[in-house]
Amino acid sequence: MIELSNVSKTYGSGDSAVHALQNVNLTIPKGTIHGVIGLSGAGKSTLIRCVNLLERPTSGSVLVDGQEMTGLRRRELNHARHRIGMIFQHFNLLTTRTVFDNVALPLELMGEKRSAIKNRVLPLLEMVGLADKAKQYPAQLSGGQKQRVAIARALASKPNVLLCDEATSALDPQTTSSILELLRDINHQLGITILLITHEMEVVKSICHRVSLISDGKLVEDAEVGDFFTAPATQLGRDFLIDFLQLSPPKELLERLEESPSEHTHPVVRLTFSGDAVSTPLISRLARECSVDVSILQAKVESIQDRTLGLMIAELLGSHEQTQQAMSYLEAHQLQVEVLGHVQRNV
Amino acid sequence: MSSAMFDLILQATLDTLYMVAVSGVIATLLGLPLGVMLYVTRPRQILAMPVLNPVLGIITNIGRSIPFIILMVAIIPFTRMLVGTSIGINAASVPLTIAAIPFVARLIEGALNEISPGLIESAQSMGATPWQIITKVLIPEARGGIITGLTITLVTLVSYSAMAGAVGGGGLGDLGIRYGYNRFKPPSMLITVVILVVLVQGFQSLGDYLVRKSDRK
Ligand SMILES: Nc1ncnc2c1ncn2[C@@H]1O[C@H](COP(=O)(O)OP(=O)(O)O)[C@@H](O)[C@H]1O
Ligand SMILES: [Mg+2]
Repeated sequence: MIELSNVSKTYGSGDSAVHALQNVNLTIPKGTIHGVIGLSGAGKSTLIRCVNLLERPTSGSVLVDGQEMTGLRRRELNHARHRIGMIFQHFNLLTTRTVFDNVALPLELMGEKRSAIKNRVLPLLEMVGLADKAKQYPAQLSGGQKQRVAIARALASKPNVLLCDEATSALDPQTTSSILELLRDINHQLGITILLITHEMEVVKSICHRVSLISDGKLVEDAEVGDFFTAPATQLGRDFLIDFLQLSPPKELLERLEESPSEHTHPVVRLTFSGDAVSTPLISRLARECSVDVSILQAKVESIQDRTLGLMIAELLGSHEQTQQAMSYLEAHQLQVEVLGHVQRNV
Repeated sequence: MSSAMFDLILQATLDTLYMVAVSGVIATLLGLPLGVMLYVTRPRQILAMPVLNPVLGIITNIGRSIPFIILMVAIIPFTRMLVGTSIGINAASVPLTIAAIPFVARLIEGALNEISPGLIESAQSMGATPWQIITKVLIPEARGGIITGLTITLVTLVSYSAMAGAVGGGGLGDLGIRYGYNRFKPPSMLITVVILVVLVQGFQSLGDYLVRKSDRK
């Protein structure tokens, strides 16, 4: 359980002050996987580092498992940090320690005995699939293997919470999905609460339960992943989604798009539909009921968790009144209609 | 070469090694903590101390900027107080040590500076205390750079000890000056130079070997 209330963080002061976080409120229930997505510089790392106080919030409250982190003394804070694991984009393994000794490090820090350490480290290495690499050094491992070692290390002190700062951003897509699968298993089997930050929609889609969107230090959306992928509430959310689905009009069409309609143009729209709308034969009805022809330029159907999301870019062919009517008709049927522009009629 | 000459050269070599060893060991024992302090008390570091850090830095710089020959003379009263005399190899070891401490400290600080800040951060996220970070992360991770620094120190001490020896300290420098220069016996001067070269080569090779052995990258 993680609860951030009114968390703000300002770096520097005066004219050079950077408001990296502004009044962030976020509750992550025990045992869930929560993603925070945002563009580079939005404040993601600052946010996750405020949870274990690697960065001290300028104001606000940080509760982890009911304990107020900002009020702890140094010793108590170190103690609390044993209950919070963290993994990083660049793994941060000690190069002079073997895989075994890297995973043993947090236990050594806690003053565990050598025999207890051994009993804990070996099963962890089994769990991440690296039991045969115990005596190797990080330099001998691939990126994905290094992150597995880092995960085993983060879990060594039996934390309730795992923080992942862009943990897959340095990995190729295949390795990324195997690491995400491992994180999902960990969440499932150990019930560990996971907060992960990323700039990749794929990561959110494949393992998160809920997602927050961060922009300029503010959380601008907080939604179930299914909702976020089917109906993002902000323009930034839609941009992320469109980018993720790679659904932009063809370049050739973009060049011909005009911003405002004129007598000889017709609209190009992007339609987003989810839920029942996906299975309704809306396009053929549109042709019948509004006398509008639809020329489909691109279409895509994605399933996200238990939801289905359809996206389409189409030209609506008809008179101005007819196309306006068609758009109202679509909106009435729970489709999101976004006019991208207008193109000259082909004559 | 007469056997008397041989004995003289052997004794001088041992004296040089003695001065290098004594000053090298003591300078490391004092310079290592100073180097670590210079690093960990920097702004935003694990034991940031905005007042102490620049003070340590200035003291270290002063120590490094005094020419050795002047330092040696200037601290004669201190040397007398410490070892009871201002000549001989024990006396010569005092200025050698004093000169080497800031030298070692800066080299250690430089070695620590090479460590990725991410390693310190991940240790902090595990709840490591500053002392644990120093002993379990900083020093082990910097060991290659530390050995390189200590090798440079030993090599420098060999040549400084020859200088110290020349003003009555004993060792190879003393021998080279007294026999080779003052009594004009060029062969003995040549021999001392050759031995100094061999010592430097030996220390450098040993250091390189240890660095290679400790490298896991
Ligand atoms: N230690 C720091 N000092 C000053 N500014 C910082 C510091 N860390 C981050 N920032 C600034 O805060 C903002 C958010 O940074 P960060 O949290 O790293 O973003 P993200 O992880 O989303 O890329 C950026 O404008 C960044 O330049
Ligand atoms: Mg970041």
